[in-house]
Amino acid sequence: MTQRRLRERLLAGIWYDNPGLVQLLGLCPLLAVTTTLVNGLGLGIATLLVLTLSNGLVSASRRWIRDEIRIPIYVLIIASLVTCVELIFKAWFPGLDRSLGIFIPLIVTNCAIVARAEVFAARNSVPASIIDGLSMGAGFALLLMVIGAFREFAGQASILTGFDLLTGNDAFTGLSFADHGLLLLILPPGAFFSLALAVAAKNAYDRNRRRARNTGTTRSLRRSG
Amino acid sequence: MSNKTAILRSGATLAVIAGVCTALVATTWHLTADRIAANDKALLEQSLQPALANTFYDGSVSESRLVLEPPHGLPGSDAAIIYRVYSGEQPVAALFVVTARDGFAGPIRILLGVDIDGVVTGVRILQHRETPGFGDKIDARKSNWVEQFASRSLQDPPVARWKIHGDGGEFDQLTGASVTPRAVIKAIRDTLVYFEAHREDIFAAPASKDEP
Repeated sequence: MTQRRLRERLLAGIWYDNPGLVQLLGLCPLLAVTTTLVNGLGLGIATLLVLTLSNGLVSASRRWIRDEIRIPIYVLIIASLVTCVELIFKAWFPGLDRSLGIFIPLIVTNCAIVARAEVFAARNSVPASIIDGLSMGAGFALLLMVIGAFREFAGQASILTGFDLLTGNDAFTGLSFADHGLLLLILPPGAFFSLALAVAAKNAYDRNRRRARNTGTTRSLRRSG
Repeated sequence: MSNKTAILRSGATLAVIAGVCTALVATTWHLTADRIAANDKALLEQSLQPALANTFYDGSVSESRLVLEPPHGLPGSDAAIIYRVYSGEQPVAALFVVTARDGFAGPIRILLGVDIDGVVTGVRILQHRETPGFGDKIDARKSNWVEQFASRSLQDPPVARWKIHGDGGEFDQLTGASVTPRAVIKAIRDTLVYFEAHREDIFAAPASKDEP
């Protein structure tokens, strides 16, 4: 893969084809766990791991998989990987595992993962599929972190609470700025509002850039003509 | 390729992949099982500890677990758990895990430590879904509301005054939430009453064998 295509792949997952912002996949965990930055980071890492490994495995076995049974096989592979990731979390990050609760096992049902297996990994080489998994997973994880940080800061007036769940010691347990935030943002409706704001912000940014580029080209055309 | 061979091939592929996946999960489980069991036990001991402030006791409280299936006379309609706490052979306290069913948003799981004389050693809320910013102040991580029960008993205050101030009782309420504290206080009071009536039975019963 050339450097340019690698760059394109990476940017696709993180920005142009972001699973959460553009494809709007995997919204159930996205909306449910993003009450804090640490939760978002935890689920983001778990999803990134599963997505990368499942893309790799699906791609590696794509020559033997007949079309009729591809979906059960994807589900089997994804479910096994999720179980492994869950066990690893339980063994090394028990606090984070408790804080994410049912949403780690529920990664199995994250349609972003099956979608990448079907759309990308089943048709591309193993390295390309792994890079696609990394990029899509990173895009999803970053979105979870941004929304988590926003909801935590605006809703609870704190940031990085529960950081001790990641490190396992109490040296740093997050910063708190006030007693109360805007309660609504912590409650489920706040998740929808936050996601809507994120999608709107992305679209506005893209449109502005496109417009800037278009006027740029017209100007240069005019100059040359 | 005939239909039959196609089906056989698909079946074989599925079987092989299922085998590989099972091996993967089994290996991971094998590598993590001990750590997970140790984590669970440490977590349990650690979560019980705050309810046993100022009590001298021997470790591994978790082995004296007693599970009572409903109806058991304690608050809640799900199983209640009692941990017997000893210092040497001497029973010194009991820990109750009971459920208050009349909270604002679903059941509230409460951990209550009572010493042998019926005095509260500590209270912690284990599980709840009360409103963030209001009812969730019963959680020791959010406020020190639960601390007011430490070293209280059925004589201090008398049973009739185990209520929030607003209802003519002795205990602080929470701003914007009275249903939640009411439910918690009632569950604590009822557990103390139960302990007073069944003290001997509790320490005489053999430990429950089954795993949580």
